[in-house]
Amino acid sequence: MTEATLAKLRVLAEAAKYDVSCSSSGTVRRNGSKDSVGNTVGGIGICHSFADDGRCVSLLKVMLTNFCIYDCAYCINRRSNDIARATLSVSELVELTMEFYRRNYIEGLFLSSGVVRNPDYTMERLVRVAKDLRTIQRFNGYIHLKSIPGCSRELVMEAGRYADRMSVNVEIPTENRLKYLAPEKNHQSVFAPMSYVRQGVLQAADDRKVMRHVPRFVPAGQSTQMVVGATADTDADILRMTAGLYATPTIRRVYYSGFINVNAYDSRLPMLKQPPLVREHRLYQADWLMRFYQFNVDEIADDANPLLDLELDPKTSWALRHPEFFPVDINKADYPTLLRVPGIGPKSATMIVNARRFRRLTTSHLKKIGVVLKRARYFITCGELSAPCVADTSPAYVRGCLLPRRRGEHPDQLTFDFGE
Amino acid sequence: MNTLIFDGTWDGMLSAVFEAYTRRWHLWNDENDIALLRPDAPRPLFADNVADVTTDPERSKRVWKALEQKMERAALSALTVSFLSEDTTMDTPTLRFIIKVIESRQKGFERNFADNDALAIVRTAKQVRYDAHRLLQFIRFQKAADGTYFAMTDPRHNVLPMILDHFTDRFADQHFIIYDHRRGYGYFYDGTEPRLITLPANLNHMATGWLPDEMLAPDERLFRRLWQTYFKAIAIKERTNPRKQRADMPVRYWRYLTEKN
Repeated sequence: MTEATLAKLRVLAEAAKYDVSCSSSGTVRRNGSKDSVGNTVGGIGICHSFADDGRCVSLLKVMLTNFCIYDCAYCINRRSNDIARATLSVSELVELTMEFYRRNYIEGLFLSSGVVRNPDYTMERLVRVAKDLRTIQRFNGYIHLKSIPGCSRELVMEAGRYADRMSVNVEIPTENRLKYLAPEKNHQSVFAPMSYVRQGVLQAADDRKVMRHVPRFVPAGQSTQMVVGATADTDADILRMTAGLYATPTIRRVYYSGFINVNAYDSRLPMLKQPPLVREHRLYQADWLMRFYQFNVDEIADDANPLLDLELDPKTSWALRHPEFFPVDINKADYPTLLRVPGIGPKSATMIVNARRFRRLTTSHLKKIGVVLKRARYFITCGELSAPCVADTSPAYVRGCLLPRRRGEHPDQLTFDFGE
Repeated sequence: MNTLIFDGTWDGMLSAVFEAYTRRWHLWNDENDIALLRPDAPRPLFADNVADVTTDPERSKRVWKALEQKMERAALSALTVSFLSEDTTMDTPTLRFIIKVIESRQKGFERNFADNDALAIVRTAKQVRYDAHRLLQFIRFQKAADGTYFAMTDPRHNVLPMILDHFTDRFADQHFIIYDHRRGYGYFYDGTEPRLITLPANLNHMATGWLPDEMLAPDERLFRRLWQTYFKAIAIKERTNPRKQRADMPVRYWRYLTEKN
C-alpha cells in the first residue's frame, strides 16, 4: 500500500463513478462471531458519505481495471479512448476494502471491471477478490459484484456464493439501439448472466426447504441500470423494460443514469448541454410508483403519453388524466385509494388509516400527519369546505395551480400585450 | 394547573404517572391542566398545586407493567427512544400520553395520530432514530498506535446506547472507543464487553476530536489520504449539487469527517 496505490485508486474510482448503483440494502446478516468482521443491516442501508454531486457513498465503488477490449460508444473506458489506465492487484484491493471498512468509511465493496482478454478471465479475477475477502479475511460486510456480460455460468454460480448482490447493466432498453452503440454486446449477453443468478437463487431457496444449512446465494438479489437520453428510447420503452424486470423474482432495483457525454467526438451520440437530470428524477418517481404505490406501468406512461411530464411528477400527471377518480374521501377510502392521491405517500396513508379509527379527520390533522396539502387539497374531501376539486373544475385549472411558480410571475394579475 | 416536579430520569417519569394517579390529577377536564417539569425549569404562572415526585423503582415498575399490557412492543420502544431525545418540552406530552394510554379502553391508542401527544411521541422518536442512524453513517474511526480505533461524535440526542450494539457486532474483533463530545462520556470495547468511560476533557485531542500524529498508527495518514482521494474522484463534475450534499450530510457532522478535513 503506497503512493502508487493512491494514483491507481484515483483512476479506477473515476472509471467506476458513472455506475449509479451504490445501495447496501437487501440483506440482514449479523456478524455474531468474535473472529470475523462486519455485518449487513438491511432496511434503508447505510450511506457513509455524500460526494460533491450529492450521490451517496455507501460501498467502495471501484474497478479492478479500466483496460477494456470493448468499444461501447457511451463508455469512458472504451478501448479507443486515450486515458490513464490502471489495474489493482487482488491483494491491494482486499487490503483497501478491509482498512476502509474498519474505519467505518464504507459498508462494503462494489466491484466492477473493464473486460480484459475475455469475459471469463475478467470474471475470474472479480470472484478471486470476493473469495479472498470472505474466506481469508472473514469479511462479513456487503459485497456487490458485477457479472461481466458473456461470462460462463460456472463463474456466476461461484460468485453468487460470496456476493450479496450481483448486477449486470441493461444500459439500453431496445436491442438494436444497444447494438448500434455497443457493437460487441447484445441483450443475450446481458440477460444470460441475469438468468444464471435467478436460477441460482431459486435453486438455493428450493434446497433450503429440504436442508437447513444451504449456503446463501446472492441474498440481496440483482440490480441493473439503464442510460437515459443516449438514444431515442422513450420513457415508456424504459419503464416497460423496468416493469418486465420487476416481474422476475430476483430483480430488486433498476437504476437510471442521466446520460453524460464523455465521448463527445462520437457522432452516434446526441449532443447534450447538460445531463437530463429532471427526466432521470421523473423516471425514479415512476419507478417508486410501481414498487411502492401499486401503479401499473401503463398507467404511468403508454403509447399515447410516451414521455413523462417534466413539470409535474408522474403521480400528479396520472391524477390529472383521471379526474373521475376524485375527490377521495379521507375518512372512508381504503388504503390503495389513498395511495393514489398526490401528496399522500405510504407513510401518511398508513397513519390516516390508523388515526381515523379514533375520530373523523380534518385537514388540520392531515397537515400534522405530514400530508402535502399543497398538492393533496385538489384531490380530497374530508367533510369540510376545501379547495376546488379537480372533478369540479378542470385538470387544466388544477395543473396551473400546481405548477411551480417562477419568480416575478403573478398569475392573478392581468398582463397587457402591447405588441412591441 | 397541577404541576409535578420530577428528577429527569425515566424512573422519575413513570413515578410521576403514579403520583398523578394517587392525587387523581389524571381526571382532567382540559389536558392543559397538568404539567411535568424538571427542578430547574421556571414554574408556570398559574400553578395551583405543585408536588414533588419521589422516584421509586417499585412504582415505576408498576406503571411500566400497565403500559406493557396496553401497548405494542414497537410503541413501547418508540416511547423510550423519544425519552432519549433529552427534550424537556416533551416531558408533559409524554406524561399525558402515558395517562391516555392507560385510560384508553382498548389497545392501540399509540396509533391515534390525530392526538397531538401520540403524534409528538412518534415524531420525536423518529428524530432520535434518525440522529442514531446518522451516527452509523458518519462515525469515522482513527487507528491509534496501539491498534485501538477512536471515534469522536457530537449527536444532538443521547443516542450512543442505541448504536453500541451495531458497532460491537460489526467490529467484534477490534478494540474501539466511541465518545460523545457533548455529554462527556463514551464506550470502550476491548473485544469482550463495552465499558462506559469518561476521558479528561482538557486534552487537546478531546477538544478537536483528532488524535495527534504521535498517537496514530503508522499507516493511518496514508489511508486517510486514500479515502480523501477516493471521495474526490467518485463525484461527477457535471452533476455537482452542494445543496443535496448538505441536506443529506449536514455541515454539523463535517467536523469529525475524514473526507471533509
